[in-house]
Amino acid sequence: MKTAAGVPRSGLFFRPSFLMNQPSNNRWLHRYAVLTALATLALIGIGGLVTSHEAGMSVPDWPNSYGYNMFLFPPSKWIGGILYEHTHRLWASMVGLLIVALTRWLGGRPIRKPLAIVGLIEVLAGIAVFVIWPSEKATGGFLTGIGGLVLLAALIWIRGEAAPRPLPQLGWAVFFIVQLQGLLGGLRVVLFKDQIGIFHATLAQIFFVLLCLIALMTSKWWNRMVTQHTTRDTLVPSASGLQKLILATTALILFQLILGATMRHQHAGLSIRDFPLAYGKLWPATDPASVARYNEHRMEMIDINPITAFQIQLQMVHRIVALLILGAVAFCAWSAWRKHFGAVAKLSAFWLGLIFCQAGLGAATVLSGKAADVATAHVLVGALSLATGAALSIIALRFPALGLASTESKALRAANMNGVMDVGSAGEMPAAR
Amino acid sequence: MKSSFALLTAIGIASLAQFATAADITGTVTLSGTPPAEIDIKPLLNDPVCGKLNGGKATTHFYVVGPNKGLADVVVMLKGVPPQAADASTPPAVLDQKGCLYSPQILAIQTGQKLLVKNSDPASVPMHNVHINPTAAANVAAYSTKISQPQMSGAPDLTYDFSAPENFMKFQCDVHPWMFAWVTVVDNPYFAVTGEDGKFTIKNVKPGKYKIVALHRKAANAGIEKDVEVKDSGATVDFTIEIK
Repeated sequence: MKTAAGVPRSGLFFRPSFLMNQPSNNRWLHRYAVLTALATLALIGIGGLVTSHEAGMSVPDWPNSYGYNMFLFPPSKWIGGILYEHTHRLWASMVGLLIVALTRWLGGRPIRKPLAIVGLIEVLAGIAVFVIWPSEKATGGFLTGIGGLVLLAALIWIRGEAAPRPLPQLGWAVFFIVQLQGLLGGLRVVLFKDQIGIFHATLAQIFFVLLCLIALMTSKWWNRMVTQHTTRDTLVPSASGLQKLILATTALILFQLILGATMRHQHAGLSIRDFPLAYGKLWPATDPASVARYNEHRMEMIDINPITAFQIQLQMVHRIVALLILGAVAFCAWSAWRKHFGAVAKLSAFWLGLIFCQAGLGAATVLSGKAADVATAHVLVGALSLATGAALSIIALRFPALGLASTESKALRAANMNGVMDVGSAGEMPAAR
Repeated sequence: MKSSFALLTAIGIASLAQFATAADITGTVTLSGTPPAEIDIKPLLNDPVCGKLNGGKATTHFYVVGPNKGLADVVVMLKGVPPQAADASTPPAVLDQKGCLYSPQILAIQTGQKLLVKNSDPASVPMHNVHINPTAAANVAAYSTKISQPQMSGAPDLTYDFSAPENFMKFQCDVHPWMFAWVTVVDNPYFAVTGEDGKFTIKNVKPGKYKIVALHRKAANAGIEKDVEVKDSGATVDFTIEIK
């Protein structure tokens, strides 16, 4: 049986038109990807509040919360650090839900079978945990619930085609990462391992980057650029100096974020409390007597572990890398504006603005004694800086003509400018290339 | 009957002899130098419930210094004496949670001595979550599944019993991240914690030569060691802890 439009009626559920559109012609998919990326940025912010308030262990069990089902934990008990940790868990669950739908949407019809298999495996694994380890019934129930949702997503009949490569693959990547993140967050709690927290925080940044790339690649601007750059040779560009620098700087920002996550998960607060000097010097003494003296004078309220020489050196490396990043991004922006044109130049300028903001927040974090809101803003802008660098890297590699003014025609420049103005708006996406 | 009487007499004399030959070590710990000023515990004061319980005033107590520079919260203990765990007759030590703060912040107990953690906070503070951070292997193993224990308002006391000595085991509340206490576990009964005047008394020490150690969490974390000779009349040892 067919509708008037010739669309088959078979299927289990309601099929709104925006879901049935081809991914290559779906403004809602792009908007949904942006929404998911924003929700993830908020999740990183809430995670930052958890560590800034030292609230990571305020709910000692997982996936339950003080024995309650996570979703039924009474708000009257959301006191002290519990407010941050529990909100983080609930928000993460919501992001997980968004990701399952995003994966399904990007993958279209072809993804149904593999998604159903994954969902079924998770349901069966949850039941197995339930039966084999009755004491872990909460974990079994949680796993079964996740699997059930995945299975449901697979069963919902969406007629859409898969989005162009590599979007379905990116969908799978965020699908698995979000589940791994949930597991890591839980293990951090039940195993009391700070190292897991560092990995959890780093993976969150990579996860956010992937979502930003999905949002970018589903945008009207990206589609237009793909249409304009059709020759295969531009798909495998020879890396110019600027491209290499953008890539290297993005990698350096990721390294910097790992350093930051390591510092946050030491639970020792600020190992150096003055700025721009460190204990009044360009490079502080880190011999045992000096470190003992620093600890004698530290007055901490929350991050109460004594600081160590390693932590002082870690913060010094963090400061030096910050300077390197500032210099590298400033050079990228300057090079892009001086020699090139279009998206690379504009995004580089935005990137530089973010890095200046981030440097200011880093200094403010120290001078405010690591105030929770300032430190969390530092985490958020760090995430945005990495995502911007990653987007810039992808653009510079995928569309090298955007950054090579010498080979670019005036017409192409004008087209690029128009395209830049349309970034983020909905539009058509061409077939995969 | 006669033999029983003789036995009891002998035990009595032996006991008296033991007390007669045991003496006290007394002393004062003073702080040299100027400690940093204590700071307001802002997260506590900003908490709508806990802030009220403290009348809007709560500061850190890292350096509690008396009028004559006597330093409180210093753990003083004998070192190198034969290990001796507490027996059942040893009264339990108490660590209370009151006004969203631990009291006392510094505590010393003997291995095998029961430690009761109370929750004296009203129902407006629904719960605390007592998280211990043992470092001695035996204590870690014994509490591997009880590292973190929620304690609702009005709930029974939590009981701890540590078998291995360690200094400044951190107790914290995971719900209220400003709540800390440090418990030192000593494997002999010869220890004390200085009062607000910096004075301490270690009771019932047999005459002899010993090593005595003073530990302050901030200013002498590794401890300051001295030799002491306890005579029948006891001994006096003073410590000066310097803050640089």
